[in-house]
Amino acid sequence: MTTDVLPVLEVPLLELCDVGKTYRSGSLEVEALRGASLSIQAGEFVAITGPSGSGKSTLMHVLGCLDSPTSGTYRLAGQDVSAMSEEELADVRNRRIGFVFQQFNLLASLTAGRNVELPLCYAGVGRVERSAQALEALTRVGLDHRVQHRPGELSGGQQQRVAIARALVGDPALILADEPTGNLDSASTSDVLGLLAELHAAGRTIVLITHESDVAAAAQRTVRIFDGAICDDSDRVSGGAHRARVVRG
Amino acid sequence: MNWLETIRTGLAAVRSHRMRSGLTVLGILIGIAAVMLTVGLGLGAQAQISQQINSLGSNLLIITPGSVTSTSGVRGGSGSASTLTETDATALASKVVAPDIAAVAPTVQRSESLTAGTSNWTTTVVGTTPDWSTVRARTVDSGRFLTSQDMTDHAAVAVLAATTAQQLFGARDAVGQTVTVNGVPLTVVGVLSAAGSTSVANEDDQAVVPLSTASERLFGGATRTSVQSIYLQAQSSDTLSAAYQEANSELSALHHVRTPAGADFTITSQQSILNTATSVTQTLTVLLGGIAGISLLVGGVGVMNIMLVSVTERIREIGLRKALGATPRMIRRQFMIEASVLGLAGGVLGVLLGAVAGAGLSKLISQPIVFSATATLGALAVAVAIGLVFGVYPASRAARLAPIEALRSE
Repeated sequence: MTTDVLPVLEVPLLELCDVGKTYRSGSLEVEALRGASLSIQAGEFVAITGPSGSGKSTLMHVLGCLDSPTSGTYRLAGQDVSAMSEEELADVRNRRIGFVFQQFNLLASLTAGRNVELPLCYAGVGRVERSAQALEALTRVGLDHRVQHRPGELSGGQQQRVAIARALVGDPALILADEPTGNLDSASTSDVLGLLAELHAAGRTIVLITHESDVAAAAQRTVRIFDGAICDDSDRVSGGAHRARVVRG
Repeated sequence: MNWLETIRTGLAAVRSHRMRSGLTVLGILIGIAAVMLTVGLGLGAQAQISQQINSLGSNLLIITPGSVTSTSGVRGGSGSASTLTETDATALASKVVAPDIAAVAPTVQRSESLTAGTSNWTTTVVGTTPDWSTVRARTVDSGRFLTSQDMTDHAAVAVLAATTAQQLFGARDAVGQTVTVNGVPLTVVGVLSAAGSTSVANEDDQAVVPLSTASERLFGGATRTSVQSIYLQAQSSDTLSAAYQEANSELSALHHVRTPAGADFTITSQQSILNTATSVTQTLTVLLGGIAGISLLVGGVGVMNIMLVSVTERIREIGLRKALGATPRMIRRQFMIEASVLGLAGGVLGVLLGAVAGAGLSKLISQPIVFSATATLGALAVAVAIGLVFGVYPASRAARLAPIEALRSE
């Protein structure tokens, strides 16, 4: 990790400032986010919850640089992301963020190992180094014996663990999990949540998006979002030291 | 991600969609093989025809009676008699009148039955002068050709073409044997070397006799001095047009022709026959090539469909790759390589199939097939271009989508 990721501890890893996002389809305008502000420090495990349609997915897409905000600013590790070009954004996603999706989003034609290697491919890491790192990540999630299996040959829980390995592999500053347990049974759910908790314990920053309160309970801090704005923020560990400012738009 | 890595990714994608890749390759393959074969067949026919026409002789002019008028078909001389005579031929042979004409061979010909012992064979009997062998570029295999002595003597001699000799005498030596035509016994003095058959006539099935013998002793009738055609050979290809002019003015004077439209003879050059034949086969080649081009186009539309479907159903993959850090350029490159691999594979296999099928077909129908590098490369370029345009265009559109929109698509 380079020094610009954590220049001073006081600078938050993520900082959303009055962010708005409006979708247009034809003449219809949908305000998915309105004046959302939030800051997350490195090393936190934050759950973002809210009913469906509340804007939590949009928030996650903005946090993951998958979509750019219509208004407001978003700083990731001190860098203003809203002003970045496509290439720079691709680089940010590649190096700083690891994604875990509800649909797993593994490429069916590639083996588990090759799937995990993908972010390293785009980062320009050499082949030997890549497969070593992929194996390490798969070992971390307990799937080192499944390197040569294709996603179709793995159970849902195993596929999600492969996806978590893929999110881990480039050693990104932030792991973004969007409903990671949405398609899993209860055993796999606790499996995946346990894994995320372990990663948090090892010092990773994790943002988990879910609509289930028992899944959110796994996190250290819960941010509730309603109608496109952040309405409640509980910080159970430090009692408000990292509390987000709530600004309604 | 460097090029090598992109190429590896592209190849892996091609391999992992075997059915789809196979179908794409098949479409291009058939199109290219079809273009190669049809154009090859056309060019082969063209080459064969020019070779046949060239085998008639070199620097050749052919004078035939009658002329084609612009209004009403063929103008003949009075009566049914041919208006060309031996006198015309003799005049043209004069070095004073026509210095650029090297050799003159007036001919009469008729289909006759030849008898030798118990064998019987119907073939074309050609009455001509000794110059015929020079003009028509024929040589004798055994024995000798006609001489001017044979002409003056009205000698009862014949020179047989290879097939005729073989039919009448089998493996035996024909020279010195006797064949009977219309009750006149002729001594075989020579056998011609094989020349191959042309589309006009089988040059290896005929009997050549002195012109005087033919008109006086074999054919008879009212047409004793008239000939059916006169073959002229110019001194060289440079003097061909001069020879043409000399023959034209001399014959016009002899036949009292005042205007070119009133001519009762036609002079055709070998080149003009070649041009006519070539233009016909060229038209044929273009037509066939056009049909094959359409099949290539249909193949291309198939490729386009498959590429569009392939890209559309892979928009999620594109979104995921972008989420994992791929730039739009990397995505475009990946699809460009996939499309080129498919296009090139189809192209190379198509060329191979075309070559193999061409060789087989050429044996089967005993027609030469001449492969055209231009047509082959053109077809290849078209195939690759089709793949690229219809593969890369939707991919680059998808690459420009926000990753989340691509990820959400179903």
